[in-house]
Amino acid sequence: MASVFDVTLVCLILAVGAWSTFARLTFSAIVIFIVYGLLLSLAWVRLAAVDVALTEAAIGSGVTGMLLLNAVARLRSTDAAPTPSRSSVNIAAGVFCTLITASLAGLVLVPPQVPVSLAPSVMESLGQSGLGNPVAGVLFVYRSLDTLLEKVVLVLALIAVWSLAPDGLWGGKPALRPFPQRDSVLIFLARTVPPIGIMVGIYMFWVGADEPGGAFQGGAVLAAMWILVMIAGLAAVPPTSSHALRLALIVGPVVFLAIGILGIFLTGTFLAYPEGYAKPLIIAIEATLTVSIGVTLAMHVVGPPEKEWRS
Amino acid sequence: MTLILDVFTIAAVTVGVFFFVIAALAFLRFPDGLTRLHALTKVDNVGLGLIVFGLLPQAGSVMGALKLICVWLLVQFSGAIVTQLIARSTRREGQEA
Repeated sequence: MASVFDVTLVCLILAVGAWSTFARLTFSAIVIFIVYGLLLSLAWVRLAAVDVALTEAAIGSGVTGMLLLNAVARLRSTDAAPTPSRSSVNIAAGVFCTLITASLAGLVLVPPQVPVSLAPSVMESLGQSGLGNPVAGVLFVYRSLDTLLEKVVLVLALIAVWSLAPDGLWGGKPALRPFPQRDSVLIFLARTVPPIGIMVGIYMFWVGADEPGGAFQGGAVLAAMWILVMIAGLAAVPPTSSHALRLALIVGPVVFLAIGILGIFLTGTFLAYPEGYAKPLIIAIEATLTVSIGVTLAMHVVGPPEKEWRS
Repeated sequence: MTLILDVFTIAAVTVGVFFFVIAALAFLRFPDGLTRLHALTKVDNVGLGLIVFGLLPQAGSVMGALKLICVWLLVQFSGAIVTQLIARSTRREGQEA
């Protein structure tokens, strides 16, 4: 019975993926891509990887979908007359994508040697970190350098988005297009949902130590709440030169880095936690990261500065 | 007792799924945005409601059951509001055209 469900799910994912590729309108392709992401997160749940499922739904489907929809709205004015795409480019892209997929599939299906699983040794020493969720343990104890760089990349990407602004507008205000008219229903939504959403976001970060969840998922929920309030016109979009905003963007990575450097002096290793203090330090890192991730994701959606702003 | 609860779950979820199928059919067959919204809202309310209702005995704990009900309430709430928003923008576009 379970395998019938799984096979159906896999066929559905493949079909929706193909549909998203072949859809003629950019807008429909993106809507199908969002559905594709949600189906993928179902597949992750079936594989018992709930952490990945949450991230896929929040980031892969939610935030990425919103970014792509934003891009379509911006392109609408320029691509009134659709230019026929060059078939040589399409073929090249198709060939490279097939190559990547084929090599990944080859590695997974026919590994060069029997892969060594580190899972048992992770579970054995997980207790030392004070964490109950092995995913959080791997992210913040064994692969903390990767996790740190991942957060830095988010900030670098935002700098790239901001760099799209002309010189004169650097530090200006992003022109998030709020809803055309002040819509009473949207305002009602933006007044009632954020208290619940903020609580859910903080809960997801907090529970991440022992259950699926964590800074990324919690941060994405917080970002969604902030975007909702800004779109409804209830909160002003902050100018990108705002010191408070910039502090919020980097506080997570900076605290992470500082604790990492502290590790050099206390234990002799970069990013190592002094014995007995692992749990509180990880919570401090995760808490500040949640704030930074939330603010960074929201500013990605809001886009580059487009209006001049003087204090 | 478990047998009765299992039968109840199967019955409620089946009826809930039936509503989803009907709504999918209506979504494909109905002519315009407003009638399609009409079909979809029925699913949000009744279909999901029945599925959640049917899953309550399987939740395992009172907290789990409460979480299920919270999910249903949130979907109800956001569904109603998003429907309003889409309907309003459909009407605005209709007036402009």
